[in-house]
Amino acid sequence: MKPFAYHKPDSVSAAVALLAAHANAVPLAGGMTLVPTMKQRLAGPDHIVDLSGIAGLSGVSMDGGTLVIGASTRHADVASSELVLAKLPALARLAGRIGDQQVRHRGTIGGSIANNDPAADYPAAVLALGADIVTDRRSIRADDFFIDMFETALEPGEIVTSVRFPLPDAAAYCKFANPASRYALAGVFVAKTGDAVRVAVTGAASAVFRAGDIETALSESFEPSALERISIDASGLMADIHADSEYRAQLVMVMARRAVAMALSPG
Amino acid sequence: MKISFVLNDRPTTVEVEPSMLLSEVIRETLSMTGTHVGCDTSQCGACVVHVNGKSVKSCTLLAPAVEGADIRTVEGLSGDTGPLHPMQQAFRDNHGLQCGFCTPGMLMAALDLVSHNPDPAESDIREWLEGNICRCTGYQNIVKSVIAGAAAMRQAS
Ligand SMILES: Cc1cc2nc3c(=O)[nH]c(=O)nc-3n(C[C@H](O)[C@H](O)[C@H](O)COP(=O)(O)OP(=O)(O)OC[C@H]3O[C@@H](n4cnc5c(N)ncnc54)[C@H](O)[C@@H]3O)c2cc1C
Ligand code: FES
Ligand code: FES
Repeated sequence: MKPFAYHKPDSVSAAVALLAAHANAVPLAGGMTLVPTMKQRLAGPDHIVDLSGIAGLSGVSMDGGTLVIGASTRHADVASSELVLAKLPALARLAGRIGDQQVRHRGTIGGSIANNDPAADYPAAVLALGADIVTDRRSIRADDFFIDMFETALEPGEIVTSVRFPLPDAAAYCKFANPASRYALAGVFVAKTGDAVRVAVTGAASAVFRAGDIETALSESFEPSALERISIDASGLMADIHADSEYRAQLVMVMARRAVAMALSPG
Repeated sequence: MKISFVLNDRPTTVEVEPSMLLSEVIRETLSMTGTHVGCDTSQCGACVVHVNGKSVKSCTLLAPAVEGADIRTVEGLSGDTGPLHPMQQAFRDNHGLQCGFCTPGMLMAALDLVSHNPDPAESDIREWLEGNICRCTGYQNIVKSVIAGAAAMRQAS
């Protein structure tokens, strides 16, 4: 690993100041993506700004009808949170199936969405639920946040501080996991709020996306059978050694039907 | 930079480079080679240790991140001369290892599970050990060992 200077600020403003003061400085959250990429020299920052010393960046709370999750909240803590289990069980279930237990003990929601891996799980929940991503300087709608593979609307030096989830009437996430890494080969999050249905797909393309045809069909009838005559276009989907794009297109529809069935009868 | 932590109940202070991994500090700086490094890419779980009671992959933790932490490695289970920990004894009795390379990580991950789930079902064990890869045993006897080890620990407490 390339040498770097290590900083551990105790406030968001101090972290933002450090990131602004140094060229080639990056925030460190759980390190479950950043450390492996530094080992492979895909990343070589000169300054690491560790966010783990900032009190108040982790934890789960309700603000009116909105579930607020601090950026530094670990996957394992979202999975086992009584509040998340009661208010948004689909999100707890998603968090409990990220990677393995040791990854879940370190990885954070802020790191996951800032990283925007095309096969990551959280981006599907954030996009399907229409969450807001709160940073040190503004609030960004999920629809505007995820740009492309490993690319988000975050400016250099901008820090995610929390994610605000409006509560749906029904929601579920279903993924077909790569058996080695547990990343999604295809993952579908469905969320129904009133008559509106939002569906986000991860793992299948270069970044998470909303599946318009599936949303339209489910807004007319929120039943797995509503998706029987629908397919998604394979031409824009990823193909790799694990799955070609036709297979991924097929998996998306299967995961979507299963997610709807799960949303209708959670438990 | 200097970092201080408690390692297997002993207060420890070491001089490290910020870019060192916890696995390097344990194995190279402190010459405690019970913790193994299998993949060094966060996949295999051979390097699992406890940090503040939770199992984590020491090959994916920067040394400065453990300042002030309470760390336990496989060496901390039974001391230098004491009898084996019941979980270690169960792995020995149930043929839970062949080459033994994965065993320190298996033990530390299993003990984290048993600490909050004293009587785990087979499915709990398989799910919890998802991140621990064994190239020898086929896992059957590892699961058997964890069930036996958990039972022995319940009896002892
Ligand atoms: C073996 C393994 C299996 C995995 N399986 C899965 C899986 O099945 N599904 C899945 O979704 N993920 C998986 N992951 C990834 C895991 O969830 C990571 O924890 C996550 O992607 C990154 O979160 P982190 O907190 O570790 O961030 P870090 O690695 O610390 O940071 C990641 C990136 O985000 C930036 N960053 C971090 N925090 C912030 C912030 N608050 N504001 C702005 N930028 C920030 C960093 O600078 C860095 O560029 C896996 C990882 C491993 C090692
Ligand atoms: S050596 Fe750490 S996970 Fe393999
Ligand atoms: S006993 Fe050889 S790797 Fe598990």
